[in-house]
Amino acid sequence: MQKRSIIPILYILFLMLPIYWLVAMSFKTTQEILGGFSLFPQTWTLASYKTIFTDPTWYWGYINSILYVTINTVISVTVALPAAYAFSRYRFLGDKQLFFWLLTNRMAPAAVFALPFFQLYSAMELFDTHIAVALAHCLFNIPLAVWILEGFMGGVPKELDETAFVDGYSFPRFFTQIFLPTIKAGVGVAAFFCFMFSWVELLLAKTLTAVYAKPIAATMTRTASSAGYELGLLAAAGTLTIIPGAIVIWFVRNYIAKGFALGRV
Amino acid sequence: MALELKAVTKRVGQVTHIKETSLALEPGRFNVLLGETGSGKTSLIKLMAGLDRVASGQILMDGQDVTGMSPQKRNISLVHQFFVNYPHMTVFDNIASPLRVAGMAKSEIQGRVEAAADVLQLRPMLQRRPHELSGGQQQRTALARAIAKESTAVFLDEPLANLDYKLREELRDQLPDLFAGRGAIVVYATSEPAEALMLGGKTALMQDGHVTQFGPTAEIYRKPNTLTSARVFSDPPINSAPVTKTGDRMELGHGVGWSVTGTAAGLRDGAYTVAVRPNYVSPVRSHDAHVPMTGVVQITELSGSESTAHFRMGTDTWVSLAPGVHPYRVGEDHQFFMDPAHCFYFAPDGALVA
Repeated sequence: MQKRSIIPILYILFLMLPIYWLVAMSFKTTQEILGGFSLFPQTWTLASYKTIFTDPTWYWGYINSILYVTINTVISVTVALPAAYAFSRYRFLGDKQLFFWLLTNRMAPAAVFALPFFQLYSAMELFDTHIAVALAHCLFNIPLAVWILEGFMGGVPKELDETAFVDGYSFPRFFTQIFLPTIKAGVGVAAFFCFMFSWVELLLAKTLTAVYAKPIAATMTRTASSAGYELGLLAAAGTLTIIPGAIVIWFVRNYIAKGFALGRV
Repeated sequence: MALELKAVTKRVGQVTHIKETSLALEPGRFNVLLGETGSGKTSLIKLMAGLDRVASGQILMDGQDVTGMSPQKRNISLVHQFFVNYPHMTVFDNIASPLRVAGMAKSEIQGRVEAAADVLQLRPMLQRRPHELSGGQQQRTALARAIAKESTAVFLDEPLANLDYKLREELRDQLPDLFAGRGAIVVYATSEPAEALMLGGKTALMQDGHVTQFGPTAEIYRKPNTLTSARVFSDPPINSAPVTKTGDRMELGHGVGWSVTGTAAGLRDGAYTVAVRPNYVSPVRSHDAHVPMTGVVQITELSGSESTAHFRMGTDTWVSLAPGVHPYRVGEDHQFFMDPAHCFYFAPDGALVA
């Protein structure tokens, strides 16, 4: 092993440590976790995972999260596609200001919007539904998707559009048959980031739900239950939240680099 | 069948991109739009293709008003300077795409695509994707798409500009044959005078968003109607300088003068501008009538069998282009001989008078 590879290896170990700790904890019993320091589980147990997959209050947390995250990703990308096309292809009054304003939405802390969303959705009887969380997350995901997609669309020359129109493609046909396949990497990257940000967002998801649409993150963050501390269970739940993200990353891994190269991610 | 522009203009905001332009383009020969970058060639093509809206005026195709018609309905083809193909489709699908959109039968599509691919030597590449092709092959794919569609009008917007020298020559030689006998109106935009001359047909000279002259290419080259037209259609740039006519003498100053005959002799005495192409200014005197002029050599270029020399006489810079290699020394005086029989004379307003 070369000398210079020591530092990266140390760094990666440092990054992986909390994840390792989480995974190790999920296989320990709560007594062992509270009992003292151990590098490996002394008694391996799958009890925590079993609880999650059998207890509806746990597994519904996952289903709820996946539902609203998926709805949000679909809405965000669908709405952002035409918006990004407009920003990349047309000049209109205030286009640059509008584009920047979209970005500022990305910068606003979710806490600012928690109260108005709560009030509004309660009045509209949307409180505690999947669509409520999905819509609330559009607040920061649509601007992000527009920003990413605009970058990818800007890389496609306008001459492609012109050639297609001259060749006889109507606009909808051009958009779905020519343009979308051309920027599919961008759609993948945008969808990935919408998915991730919606998946990890906790505050709005927690505020806007009570029972029926309660996300896994909310279930997970109650540290104590009637049965006392269930640290092994919480660790198992945490481990499971990593999986959807890992799966999505696997699908877009080749495109992410492209997104970074455009400076949009 | 013809494509006609009637007093067409285009404005973006307060800026006029195309000044009132009228043109009648016929099928069966190349219609070259010749002008520098930014002279409005692409803007004019976009208007004809329906990709931009005219501010005023009319566009007629086969006598039918197509001014407000969308490009989809115009039955036209367009090849850009950049190689534009559909990146996710194979070469076959690229060539077939306009035919598929038009709803043509599969068997006929197959036949047309293969015919176009044969003409452009794309047969072995039909199953490849555009990014797996060289620049020349990509542009040939775009041309094949235009040919297979068999449209009424084909617009070629500097299609060879981004190709390297060898490929450009090769493809340029093929182009006239490619469209011969198809009955399409071919509009070819270029910034190179030599290209216009090689493609023949008709040429429209463009400058600052309007057509300064339109007619058979060779005729326009021989008889530019204004000083501007002469400048657009000359490479290296045409020499021009103020002259004063007194009787049958033209005086250039710096002791250079000559006698004129014919139309030029009939001009009223006064100030004119003389213009002469660099190939009529030679370091070798081949005829007694040639006018000697001496200037300080500034720059010399040797391009194979031809020598170019830029020399300064007073405040004017002149260019000489002559066959053979000549012993110029930069910074020193050299004598050149101008052929007065090939001089153009322009009135102060720029119009050709002799």
